[in-house]
Amino acid sequence: MEEISVINIKEALIQHFHDNMQFIGKVDSPRIADIRQQAIATFSELGFPDIKQEKWRNTDLSKVLERSYSFSATPQPQNVNVDELFKCEVPGFDTQSVTVLNGWYMNGGKMLTTLANGMVVGSLRAAFEAFPELIEKHYAMYADHKIHGLSALNTAMAMDGVFIYVPDNVVAEKPLQMVSVINMNEDSMIQLRNLVILGKNSKLTLVQCDDSIDDHRSFINTVSEFYLADNAHLDHYKLQNKNDRSTLINSSWFHLERSANLSSNGISLNGGFIRNESYATLAGSGSHADLLGLYLMDRNQHIDNQIFVDHASPDCTSNEQFKGILDDHASGVFNGHILVRKDAQRTNAYQNNKNILISDKAVIDTKPFLEIYADDVKCSHGATIGQLDEQAMFYLRSRGISYENARMLLMYAFAAEIVNKISIEQLRNRIDDLVKKRLRGELSICDQCVLHCNAQEQRVAFKIDMSRI
Amino acid sequence: MLVIKNLRVAINGKEILKGVNLEVKPGEVHAIMGPNGTGKSTLASVIAGRDVYDITEGEIYFMGKDLTELSVEERASEGIFLGFQYPVEIPGVSITNFMRTAVNEQRKYKGLDPMPAGEFLAKMEEKKKLLDIQAKLANRSVNEGFSGGEKKKNEIFQMAMLEPKLAILDETDSGLDIDALKIVANGVNMLRRPDNAFLVITHYQRLLDYIVPDIVHVLYDGMIVRTGGKELAIELEEKGYEWIKAGLV
Repeated sequence: MEEISVINIKEALIQHFHDNMQFIGKVDSPRIADIRQQAIATFSELGFPDIKQEKWRNTDLSKVLERSYSFSATPQPQNVNVDELFKCEVPGFDTQSVTVLNGWYMNGGKMLTTLANGMVVGSLRAAFEAFPELIEKHYAMYADHKIHGLSALNTAMAMDGVFIYVPDNVVAEKPLQMVSVINMNEDSMIQLRNLVILGKNSKLTLVQCDDSIDDHRSFINTVSEFYLADNAHLDHYKLQNKNDRSTLINSSWFHLERSANLSSNGISLNGGFIRNESYATLAGSGSHADLLGLYLMDRNQHIDNQIFVDHASPDCTSNEQFKGILDDHASGVFNGHILVRKDAQRTNAYQNNKNILISDKAVIDTKPFLEIYADDVKCSHGATIGQLDEQAMFYLRSRGISYENARMLLMYAFAAEIVNKISIEQLRNRIDDLVKKRLRGELSICDQCVLHCNAQEQRVAFKIDMSRI
Repeated sequence: MLVIKNLRVAINGKEILKGVNLEVKPGEVHAIMGPNGTGKSTLASVIAGRDVYDITEGEIYFMGKDLTELSVEERASEGIFLGFQYPVEIPGVSITNFMRTAVNEQRKYKGLDPMPAGEFLAKMEEKKKLLDIQAKLANRSVNEGFSGGEKKKNEIFQMAMLEPKLAILDETDSGLDIDALKIVANGVNMLRRPDNAFLVITHYQRLLDYIVPDIVHVLYDGMIVRTGGKELAIELEEKGYEWIKAGLV
């Protein structure tokens, strides 16, 4: 472990890279070794993003970077019983589950598993050696390492994460759940890297959870790449439930070939500082992407969703819907960018961001941005920022519903539109439950992960049966 | 039951009600008629507790309690129901749960346990049948995408579910075709009892062909300028509001 000093965190990271290159790049192919060098050069040049950059104008990393972090090039020992540490409880939710602890794939030493249907799940580092063809074809092909400082940092430094391969024509029956848990005994910076490859006509439901069970100020910089071959279907969920001290940067890079179908739904329930970046490239004609999100933030939490949809082929459709409720001093950013390239005729793209600000101290910066070069295109966008509807409040209260419950019903109804789009029933019920708890303020007392939370739930003064809403 | 004395109400400094006196007793149906913009809806909203209005003078008592000291929801639990002229659409909240929450909160106010789910659903069915409402309300969001007639029927349905002591129907007849009007009026007639009362606000006499009032008031320029029996409504219909205005000069 080495302590990265406050003043020259960037220099120290670069130094760490060179000092540990032997280990970091131990299993690299020549191509990946070369990419690491390019990436560290990019990071050396760009460093961490600052508020002078347009897409970081309202998300200021400087405070987070004033802290000191330690990090390690030593793998996490495999003899940890992850189940004891963390158990994600979704009643009736039958999944294949994998865990990443502090950035390292954990499975009692078994680093790659081939399932009966031919699907491979395991450690990315192990896949570097075991599946060189797939790695050569896809790794670092979709995530940028030339213009994004943080993505470059990850590309240079990342050593492990989850590797998933679904062969052609394989339909994964069970949803796959990948849980990234942070449990460190000090403030740490972690670079996590995932690669998900879906073959032609394959189908996968993936639930990606970010949780923390310690109470340290971790800085997690995750980059995930998703490749969807012709007619592949990915149903992707991102569930974020971090402690208030944590910083989570999560960039997802989706590449869709012909007639591929993506649905990505990000639910941010808790977290001190969250930045989600989703990049969807509609590279093959007839592909479709749904990018959905819900964020519920309060206290001093900050959430930033950056969505970039690249319509690179004709006859593609995309649909972006993000909704947020911000209370107290919470701040939010939504930046939705749709690019329709010259040849992407008959594009149909929709984008919407709706926000409710509960307190007058809460802030949201929302910016829809359409960049269109084709002429036969249907594009629409919208953004709203509002308080709870005063007329609706009066209507509910005039039926005898208390102010607090009327307020909660309206907030819940607002969030329900996104929650209802979750196609797995058990997961939908669980998230629904978590959203209700969150709105009732029962989650806020539990600063850490709530999926397994043993903390006593706060008794609330009012009762409302929303179980059947 | 409801006693209003010399009620003066203003909004943004502009006086709307200029000294209204009204007394409603159990078992009575009162109609308040009058031209547009004379304060009919304001009166309804003030009784229900909408806080955008300032009560500058006067008093409102309901069952012996000073209403001005009660919140909107407390008034509802005391037994006041307002049927809205423009019912609000609430996407994402189903009618079943809206009503279940409302019924149970009112029960809680009265110190009763929540109504068991089975009993509640049976009550919903019973009231739908009583009011001749065919639509599958249960899973629809409150008023979302409803036609004008459906919204008003839904108001009457809610009234039937909540069983208020005093129901104020604010222009429930506006925008209704004759069939919807009959359903609404029929609903009110079915729910009339010796121990409850209705305050029916309307611009036209038409509704009163179906809901026969005991007492008719004419509200004009913020004051009740005439009170009479049901024949007053008929006279108004024949002679028009100009007749009232002329009488005031």
